[in-house]
Amino acid sequence: MLDADIRLRLDRLNLDAVLSVQAGEVVALLGPNGAGKSTVLRALSGLLRLDGGKVELDGTVLEEPAKHIRVAPEKRPVGLMFQEYLLFPHLSAVENVAFGLRARGVDRRAARERAAAALERLGVAKVSEARPGNMSGGQQQRVAMARAMVTEPKLLLLDEPLAALDVSTKTDVRRQLRATLRESQAANVMVTHDLLDAVALADRMFVIEDGGIAQSGTPAEVTARPKSRYVADLVGVNLLRGTARGTALELDGGGRLVTGQEMSGQVLALIAPHDVSVSRDRPDGESSPNVWPGQIGAVDLMGDRVRVRVDGTPTITAEVTPAAVDALNLDAGGQLWASAPPTSIHSYPP
Amino acid sequence: MSRSGQRFNPVISGLAAIAALFFILPLTGLVIRAPWSSMTKTITSSGSLDALWLTLIASLATTALALIFGFPLAWLLARVQFRGKALVRGLTTLPMVLPPVVGGIALLLAYGRRGLVGEPLYSAVGFSLPFTTPGVIVAESFVAMPFFVITLESGLSSMNTRLEDAARSLGASRLTVFRRVTLPLIAPSLLAGTVLAWSRAVGEFGATITFAGNLPGVTQTAPLAIYISQSSGKIDEAIALSLVLVVVSLAVMIGTRNRSRSA
Repeated sequence: MLDADIRLRLDRLNLDAVLSVQAGEVVALLGPNGAGKSTVLRALSGLLRLDGGKVELDGTVLEEPAKHIRVAPEKRPVGLMFQEYLLFPHLSAVENVAFGLRARGVDRRAARERAAAALERLGVAKVSEARPGNMSGGQQQRVAMARAMVTEPKLLLLDEPLAALDVSTKTDVRRQLRATLRESQAANVMVTHDLLDAVALADRMFVIEDGGIAQSGTPAEVTARPKSRYVADLVGVNLLRGTARGTALELDGGGRLVTGQEMSGQVLALIAPHDVSVSRDRPDGESSPNVWPGQIGAVDLMGDRVRVRVDGTPTITAEVTPAAVDALNLDAGGQLWASAPPTSIHSYPP
Repeated sequence: MSRSGQRFNPVISGLAAIAALFFILPLTGLVIRAPWSSMTKTITSSGSLDALWLTLIASLATTALALIFGFPLAWLLARVQFRGKALVRGLTTLPMVLPPVVGGIALLLAYGRRGLVGEPLYSAVGFSLPFTTPGVIVAESFVAMPFFVITLESGLSSMNTRLEDAARSLGASRLTVFRRVTLPLIAPSLLAGTVLAWSRAVGEFGATITFAGNLPGVTQTAPLAIYISQSSGKIDEAIALSLVLVVVSLAVMIGTRNRSRSA
């Protein structure tokens, strides 16, 4: 089990992240670019020095600056898989995988056998003797995976394990990765910026923003109640911040809404785009108390639906059918009325 | 379109042929005019043998010095950030573009008996570099080492250092990382730099004759001996020695070319 409180400064990043991961658990670190996701992995692996805090793995302190404890990266029972894989170009697949075993004192023959078995398990035995330059992206990914796991680390760190793959191989490799991680006895930490990866692979997710943990929980919890604009955008929902008094919600950015729930104090309000309707003319006042005008902003195709942003107070994204795009003549721009029924607004504490 | 599919262009081909002939003709001349009947005798004459032996020893010593001191210098220039790095790089690689004679003069001013370092050294231990075999090695190092440093530096800086991170994360000590990752990856530039420095040392003339003089058996390397033979009318001896250098250089070039291709 991993217990970590990672504090370090790096360029403009001021990282302070606390996370704990059980053995056999898969935790996803999700966050925007530059939030410090990869930095967390580099710190856990020992490639970056902590300024403060503590990293403890299965009861052994790996690093604690206050007590001048620091275990060198090569002495940590940690496996790290890099986003660019970083396979050694001068070594064959099996030599790449055997590298960690050899460095940890396993004799040549046994190391090769275990490496070959690991490649076999991941379904890339046929490229055993190939150099990375002669492998496909998917094959490289699996070899990198085998290399990081073959030493049976207690902590397995995966930096964007699927990001470098094209869409067609991604699904396959994700399925493979999922099966592999299910068997892993390590504490697994995976960095990703893809919500689907987190939902498909992780038991819990930590959202990192500006160097700190902004939100954590199971993927279901986090996606049901996003606490930041970043997560809301990933999930594809509207997230508004405001102060509730009963069913009245005074929004921080101006505007007011009526909700279906009695709340009080600071709240977050989530509105799914398909619950927002739009029209060119003001709808009848009686049907909904939440009606407001705005200018047509970005219009995006999402699968077989179209999302249109209405820049008003508040700004909100609505989902309409492609037919409605024509009917409403959205391409022409101009003003649109948005409305959201009170029962569609889910409020929860920030 | 592949390159082999390009059309024959008479202008380009004609100019290229002239360029190729420009290099081939002098070498052909050397082979045709060589005193083949007396070749063995000429080369094994004590003067020629001494010169060849000295050339071999001095150039190998120069290469060894380049490896011992040039490697750390290249490492520093490629991997470590420090103030005045551009200046250090500029000054240490200047001999590549400096006329070797100027290098020889500069060496005299520094390490000569009246030189900056040479004078206190001489009064302390009674030893002075000019006109000695170590002086030859110093002169050759001054001219040849920059070729090694600059080649290795570019190899080191074009290498992805994150591969070293990957190796460390896999449990490799710094020494193991160097041996099993860094060294194999920079091997081509290490080999190229070594060969370049060595061949530059073999051919060194200007700095050597200026700093170390032309004492047969002590500082007279093959290029010096060739020049002296030629200017004193012993043309056969000059040609024979030249041919030896051509053959050795050709062998080294072909050998390393094959090596770096298979790597």
